[in-house]
Amino acid sequence: MAEKNLIIKASNIYKSFKQVKAVNGVNLEIHSGEFLALLGPNGAGKTTMIEMIEGIQKPDSGEILIKNKKWDNHSHELQKILGISFQETRFIDKVTVWETLKLFASFYNLPNSRIEEIIDLIDLREKLKSYTENLSGGQRQRLALGVALLNKPEILLLDEPTTGLDPTARREIWSILHKLKSEENTSMILTTHYMEEAEQLCDRIVIMDSGKILTQGTLDELLSHSKSSEIIEFELNTDFEKFNFESKEIFEQTKNDKTKKVTLFVKSIVDILPKILNYLKENNLTAKNLICRRLTLDDLFISLTGRRLID
Amino acid sequence: MKHFIQLIIIQFKEFYREPGALFWSFIFPILISAGLGIAFNNDQAHEYKKIAIVISEEAEKDSIWNNIFSNTKLSQENGYQTHSKTIKNYSNGETTYNFIKTDMDNAVILLKRGIISLILTQKDGKIDYLFDAHNSEAKLLFLEISSISNNSKLVSENEVISPLTKIGTRYIDFLIPGLIAMGIMSSVLWGISYGLIEKRSKKLLRRMVATPMRKSYFLLANIVSRLVLTLLDTLFLIIFAHFAFDIQIQGSIFGLILVILSGNFAFMGISILIASRTSNPQVGNGFISAITMPMMVLSGIFFSYQNFPSWAIPVIQTLPLTTLTDGVRSIFIEGAGILQVLKSILILSGIGIVTFTIGLKIFKWY
Ligand SMILES: Nc1ncnc2c1ncn2[C@@H]1O[C@H](COP(=O)(O)OP(=O)(O)O)[C@@H](O)[C@H]1O
Ligand SMILES: [Mg+2]
Repeated sequence: MAEKNLIIKASNIYKSFKQVKAVNGVNLEIHSGEFLALLGPNGAGKTTMIEMIEGIQKPDSGEILIKNKKWDNHSHELQKILGISFQETRFIDKVTVWETLKLFASFYNLPNSRIEEIIDLIDLREKLKSYTENLSGGQRQRLALGVALLNKPEILLLDEPTTGLDPTARREIWSILHKLKSEENTSMILTTHYMEEAEQLCDRIVIMDSGKILTQGTLDELLSHSKSSEIIEFELNTDFEKFNFESKEIFEQTKNDKTKKVTLFVKSIVDILPKILNYLKENNLTAKNLICRRLTLDDLFISLTGRRLID
Repeated sequence: MKHFIQLIIIQFKEFYREPGALFWSFIFPILISAGLGIAFNNDQAHEYKKIAIVISEEAEKDSIWNNIFSNTKLSQENGYQTHSKTIKNYSNGETTYNFIKTDMDNAVILLKRGIISLILTQKDGKIDYLFDAHNSEAKLLFLEISSISNNSKLVSENEVISPLTKIGTRYIDFLIPGLIAMGIMSSVLWGISYGLIEKRSKKLLRRMVATPMRKSYFLLANIVSRLVLTLLDTLFLIIFAHFAFDIQIQGSIFGLILVILSGNFAFMGISILIASRTSNPQVGNGFISAITMPMMVLSGIFFSYQNFPSWAIPVIQTLPLTTLTDGVRSIFIEGAGILQVLKSILILSGIGIVTFTIGLKIFKWY
């Protein structure tokens, strides 16, 4: 993509808290209209990274350019074009949904008609007169999203917008963001530890762990660049040690002590499955709950770090 | 400007929708002043005082008790045999002394419960008075009973007693200015500090400053709305005290306004300082209590701080609450003008300037 479409460019970002290297040399680029996911487990440095882009934290070193401007001398301009929602924001308890939106709209000098549009978008019309303390978790997150969208931001920065929500509430947030993507030319960075969220919503996925970017690309790129693309999983009712099947077609195998689960990363299930079944039979091993499936981001993360995204 | 007005509107809504808020800032000070005012403004014509007597049947006949038991009415009250004796008292009314006959164990219980403060018994053929010598009420009662027992008049022929009821000299006159000052302190500290800390703990503060909202408007909205509420509080209490207890402002009204404004300013600075860093409401709670509680005891709200050791008095006098109380009180009851309260105004403004400056400098928005 052309340089001029580059809307955020973060180069060589470092940020430490005492001993912890929260962000440890990150380079990030986002283009106009692009939805980007920062995917990683708790403590990966997602919040620290996104808050540096938001201008709320300052990097120890490195440079962040938003539309070629820096926070140091353009903070007022940048505040106007960003839409932000923090990992967890609570609004004033005894102030209604309408009043909360009205307050934030006044900071941007927006008319009531814009508040009306937002209310329809976040589907909170029945809750207009409810105090924010009486909203459900999903409604509260939708309000936070609505507040972030009030000023028609060019860049939307959402930190874990669906963490802690039930699947229905999560899908409601997703559908708002889908709608946004189809109707406005907004760029977005969203942090999450749900791979499904990154897959569903984002053009490009950046996988982070321990302050570093492990890999990035579109979902297809990530999955096809990985040597394996399919997975075979089963549980053994005896010791792992007995399972010693070696093959060039198995790129990687992990054995989980707790769940007794064996995971094999393979290129093609169809080719190798018969051989494995044979091997099990010859060695008198019984496999339970055998599953064959496509590689997921979670598997990719496991093969990169040895850990799962969500513990 | 539009968003400044919105911020102020939200502040007021936050205030009046909190169920406790109206009670604590408007009703509570009135209840205290009404309660204490009635308790200490006792111009009842007839007073009742209870004294426990612990003696045996035969000792009662002893001549040392003659003066006490003469002209008494005997009755059963709450199961106790009670001798009642009514005598003219100082304020041209009457006092009835009820001598309750009981045993020592029970007398001590009555004492602990505050029903009596004096126990009479007999020791080596003499009347033995048992009471707490630090309790001035008990000491007074001892003198009264002792004079009855000695058949001497408390007021002799060449003495007169005139009750002092001049406005400005009653306990309620002392109390109301103290309550005004205390009301300002609690309203400002709790209102501003707690509100800010709570917003920081909810990450709402950083959410708001991530918009083009002007930080100065935000703080100003906090301050202006709180000032309006506090002034209403004060006005409300003064009006109540005027109608309920005939409290008058004897000195300069303009001086009073300046003292009250500078007091508000001082406590607002202190609130900003308290709220400048912490994002933990419990810690904030602790800070505010640690500042308000000692001052409520030391600053002469309910009783004069002159009772504290003399080395402590200069320190106490520079506390913001003392300064405010003394200023307000001197205008209310000593008829002070602006010049007499100028020092209070300057101290309070100074405290305000210093705390505001430090508080804003170290204020954590994120
Ligand atoms: N203010 C802070 N003080 C100290 N350590 C912090 C602070 N913020 C984040 N960290 C540490 O930095 C690391 C990354 O944190 P964070 O950016 O919140 O990760 P994520 O959002 O991916 O869960 C964690 O180890 C966290 O404990
Ligand atoms: Mg986080």
